[in-house]
Amino acid sequence: MSKILEVENLRVDIPVGKQTLHAVRGISFSLSKGETLCVVGESGCGKSLTSLAIMGLLPSAAKRTADKLHFDGVDLLSASNRKMQKIRGNRLSMIFQEPMTSLNPAYTIGDQLMEVMLWHQNVTKAKAHERAVYLLEKVGITGAAKRMKQYPHQLSGGLRQRVMIAMSLMCGPTVIMADEPTTALDVTIQAQILLLLSELQREFEMGLVLITHDLGVVARIADRVMVMYAGEVVEQGTAKAVFEAPLHPYTRGLLECMPIPGKTKPGHHLGSIPGIVPSLIGEIAGCAFRDRCRHAREGCESFDRLRHDGKNHYWRCIMDEQETRGHLAKFTAGTEAAT
Amino acid sequence: MIGYLSQRLALAFLVCLTVSLITFFLLTSSGDVVSAIAGEEATPEQIAALRRELGLDAHWTVRYLEWLGNALRGDFGNSLFFRETVADLIMHRLPNTLQLAGMSLAVMLSLSLPLGMLAAFRPNTWVDRLALSIAVMGQAMPNFWFGLILMVVFALNLGWLPPSGSGTNWHFILPAIALGYYATPPVMRLTRAGMIEVLGTDYIRTARAKGLSTTRVLFKHALRNAIIPVVALTAVQFGNMLGGSVVIETVFGIQGVGYLAWESITRLDVPVVQAIMILVAIAYITLVLVSDVLNAWLDPKIRK
Repeated sequence: MSKILEVENLRVDIPVGKQTLHAVRGISFSLSKGETLCVVGESGCGKSLTSLAIMGLLPSAAKRTADKLHFDGVDLLSASNRKMQKIRGNRLSMIFQEPMTSLNPAYTIGDQLMEVMLWHQNVTKAKAHERAVYLLEKVGITGAAKRMKQYPHQLSGGLRQRVMIAMSLMCGPTVIMADEPTTALDVTIQAQILLLLSELQREFEMGLVLITHDLGVVARIADRVMVMYAGEVVEQGTAKAVFEAPLHPYTRGLLECMPIPGKTKPGHHLGSIPGIVPSLIGEIAGCAFRDRCRHAREGCESFDRLRHDGKNHYWRCIMDEQETRGHLAKFTAGTEAAT
Repeated sequence: MIGYLSQRLALAFLVCLTVSLITFFLLTSSGDVVSAIAGEEATPEQIAALRRELGLDAHWTVRYLEWLGNALRGDFGNSLFFRETVADLIMHRLPNTLQLAGMSLAVMLSLSLPLGMLAAFRPNTWVDRLALSIAVMGQAMPNFWFGLILMVVFALNLGWLPPSGSGTNWHFILPAIALGYYATPPVMRLTRAGMIEVLGTDYIRTARAKGLSTTRVLFKHALRNAIIPVVALTAVQFGNMLGGSVVIETVFGIQGVGYLAWESITRLDVPVVQAIMILVAIAYITLVLVSDVLNAWLDPKIRK
């Protein structure tokens, strides 16, 4: 499969007083056409900034560097403002975390939906209107023609996020980046929205980068999973490989935190990861997770490379494959660690 | 929308009524017009006769109702000094004041909106500081003094514009700059603050994520939301220009309503003062109404 998005050694640095906060510390990944990549990790690990960095929407204080940042044959690092504007919203679109505030309160839903298509493509208003209504129906909004005339404040959060999804689809993008699109929503509709995204992704054969906390959904829709910790990728592989054999202790920790029907026994404790994320101000030497890791040992403070099992499963840990697989025998997702 | 409007209109009428009652009461109790007109040597009989002649012997509530009845029919009585009706007197002066206020508003908007937007777009840079200095200067200078400076520089030294009077459009340029510049700072600051706030919102990020150009993001998505509080303030500032241009009209010798108000107050020409007060009140109320309607148009949340 051809690579549509290639990221190599992406870094995002934010000056904090005289120091620098290294929010994203050299991450690399790629996305193939029509593939779903899920990015997981706790708050503040640099997931959102990664997506904003690719979109070129970082706050002006943040500095982006990378060895390579290619999207669909375009070098985003050297692309002019004008060139970025042609890509954004058109071939590469984004869905944000905050549906309540992401729509302009002064314009109707229809106006905002049609705007992006009229801006990028040479189409008539009638055509843009037709596509907007079609997509609103597609994302499960009933009475779409009537909704077009409504303002954001007349819609619930779930509806607004559906509108945002429809908006991201208006120009038929090759890749969609969704940054925790369901965090602000009711639990009951979170999974609904994520599954909808996944369906649309398959139907329109788009690449999808989904940043999320919801491991349950990741397990259902991801082709590949990337686990981030403290601005780094700690594990990356196919969804099957990562869920069946999580090779990094942090990934195992995350999976232990997640209740699984049938496996998590009533009355038993779920797992939790002790400690807190290290400060990202200044350089971090070695493994960033070592202070919270039950397998930490001498050498962790200088170990800093990705291991590879020969089948596209990567992880960043001092333990070699053999030792790691030994720990896997005692691991069950959704329960407190045995040791 | 129609229900909203009629409700607002009814309220506006009540406010006008209250204002007229209060001014009538204050003017009656502020001094005896009759003895002022009659002069110091008049005998009590002469004063009483004049009082009857002017119809001022009745109780003030009776006179108020009488005045109100006439006013509602457009009759504001006669000036005590000019043998002219109050309505004519004001109507002759009103165009000058309207022109001055209109031109001042134009000066104010063309200074405050671009400066405020520029400052917000490049906060804490030299652009921002320059805009802020211009605003601080406008706020610090008394407008009559700035008017005099303008007059000295552009009328006396350079001879580009006439120094005073209200004969041609050119006469209004200097006073409009003085009055408009004075009103600029608060509007500029509010535009800047509103713009900075709006530019940091999620929907502006969405607009940028849609690939729109900076100009379109600024003018379509940001300005409309940032301008909502500015509209209300502009209405108030315009009201100040209409009702409070007394000083500038005096400095530049413009025969406007403000100048007339000041003259009439010093002469205790009660009917004229009363009428001007009502006029100013109506102007404010109308402006507030217009700004409310404008805001309802700008902000769908107000509409319902």
